Amino acid sequence: MIVADKKPIEEIIAQVNDVRSVLILGCNECVTVCEAGGKKEVGVLASALRMHFLQQGREVNVGERTLERQCDTEYLEELRDSIDAYEAVVSLACGVGIQFTAERYPSKAVYPGVNTCFMGAALERGVWAERCQGCGSCILATTAAVCPVARCAKRLLNGPCGGSTAGKCEISKDVDCAWQLIVDRLKALGRLADYEKLSPIKDWSTDRAGGPRKVIREDLRS
Amino acid sequence: MSPNTPSKLEKILRVGHLAVTSECGPPRGSDAAHIAHKAELIQRHVDAINITDNQTSVCRLCSLAACIRLKLMGLEPVLQMVVRDRNRIALQSDLLGAAAFDIHNVLCLSGDHQRFGDSAQGQNVFDLDSMQLIQTVRRMRDEGKFLGGDAIQRPPQMFVGAAANPFADPFEIRVPRLAKKAAAGAEFIQTQCIYNLAKFETWMEMVCDRGLHEKVFILAGVTPLKSAGMARYMKTKVPGMDVPDEVVKRMAATPKDKQAEEGITICVESIQRLKQVKGVSGFHVMAIEWEERVPEIVERAGLYPRPSV
Amino acid sequence: MRLSYPGSVRIIRVPCTGKVDVLHILRCFERGADGVYVVGCREGDCHYQNGNFRARKRVEQAQQLLDRIGIGGQRVRMCNLSSSDAPLFVRFAEEMHAAVLSAGPNPVRTALESKKRAPPPSGEELNA
Repeated sequence: MIVADKKPIEEIIAQVNDVRSVLILGCNECVTVCEAGGKKEVGVLASALRMHFLQQGREVNVGERTLERQCDTEYLEELRDSIDAYEAVVSLACGVGIQFTAERYPSKAVYPGVNTCFMGAALERGVWAERCQGCGSCILATTAAVCPVARCAKRLLNGPCGGSTAGKCEISKDVDCAWQLIVDRLKALGRLADYEKLSPIKDWSTDRAGGPRKVIREDLRS
Repeated sequence: MSPNTPSKLEKILRVGHLAVTSECGPPRGSDAAHIAHKAELIQRHVDAINITDNQTSVCRLCSLAACIRLKLMGLEPVLQMVVRDRNRIALQSDLLGAAAFDIHNVLCLSGDHQRFGDSAQGQNVFDLDSMQLIQTVRRMRDEGKFLGGDAIQRPPQMFVGAAANPFADPFEIRVPRLAKKAAAGAEFIQTQCIYNLAKFETWMEMVCDRGLHEKVFILAGVTPLKSAGMARYMKTKVPGMDVPDEVVKRMAATPKDKQAEEGITICVESIQRLKQVKGVSGFHVMAIEWEERVPEIVERAGLYPRPSV
Repeated sequence: MRLSYPGSVRIIRVPCTGKVDVLHILRCFERGADGVYVVGCREGDCHYQNGNFRARKRVEQAQQLLDRIGIGGQRVRMCNLSSSDAPLFVRFAEEMHAAVLSAGPNPVRTALESKKRAPPPSGEELNA
């Protein structure tokens, strides 16, 4: 899923310090699962902002709403009748939802309440780790289902580098060396000989480098 | 076999001599005279001089410019090229830049992660990895073509090298990794500096078992220790470094004012032992910021004078 | 035991402090409370395994947030005791009372009183 982390409240306050009304808008999907932008987090942020404005002696209307998703226009439409009560929106959705909300309501200032980080999953409650960078051209078949693009700090396709130490990456003892994992996995699958196959130069045009991307499925279009 | 390039380093290796290379780090500024001076200190004691490429991700005068300076002095540079900072356009372009000045040696490297240096907030590139860079240089040289397919006007004639670290993890793929580099087109290898001679000898046995010593020239890396503190630091703080306890103990047992001399002696002894190892084609003496001791190391190790080809 | 504790203390009963959410703590301060303390079983003795550990973490979160918005994290704390330990309960109440007195009135309460407004409605009523 998309993993996000709460922005520090000082940043959010700086974004909305001059408004007279603001809607805190959550999302019931990824950011709820990673406990950064769901209904609970909306409630906590709204309460903290109300107390902040009260201390400032300012009358600010702080509203709360959590949509099923902010990346689907059908759900964003649910705000159509009520959003005019608000001058600004702090969206706790991932970067996609924040932008979609802004596109849907172009006359509203929409601010991010979270930092969207990566595609990953929970290793345990409270710890999420990156697993995919959306390179657009998946090579997991050749690397025993460990991704060197997302998990190698140097995205080496013919790793490891000389800095791999005791299964950890040179940048930190908390980061596994992706190539150690790949070698271990190849061994477990009885395919260690595959290690010597040279991985060809990657076509990065399907990655961010090629520009903003689209997936188009003609068979699904009306 | 006859050399593929005009590289002096290649000639020496193909004739069958033990080659000696060393390295210099460029300055953190634009004063190239600094590196010219370092090169002059060692020029008669080595066959080629590596110039590091923003090593440890610290911004320095670029390797290419320093190599050009050395070439214009009549010396034999080895261009070190990391893939951390340049995409395939810049890599091919810089190779042509080097070739324009008849620089004939390139060492293809990954590069330390930028977290270590003075630009931890920067992007890194890694469009190609070091293995793919080796393939690229060979293609430019042997096929005369850019990666994109177009013909190169006056293709580079580069003797292609790569690094090897017999001490990094995982140990079980250290020889397959060398095989991979050879298959990618590497012609010479400079290893990480060796303190654990026994482990290196084991690695060399496995390398020779696979006949890899006949596919690539292996130059054993050595670095003289300046102090017991340096030995301990390298043992514990530098990834991929194997410094045995006996070496640390030997340095620590030496009085502080004699430790530098002891470090030089250990280095000379290592070279003398490694000369006997099958498959070793030469030595890469890395004495960064201590270049003035390289001549002494080379002489005491019986590698002076250097052959002329 | 008929011990007396400061009259400023209002008690809200929950089946387990694990039920207390960060939001409940914040809403107390939003309505003008000067201090909140969460009183649970002794650590290791929670009737529901580890509800009191969860409460402690939430209290810490609330403390950090209250510090950052200028209310003061020292106004909320976690206390652990056994259900029969009345003297300890009294001691906690007195400590809390003293801590809140030294922290001064909740700035939110001051702001609310100066506006002579009713406390703000709850989140559900504010849903757009």
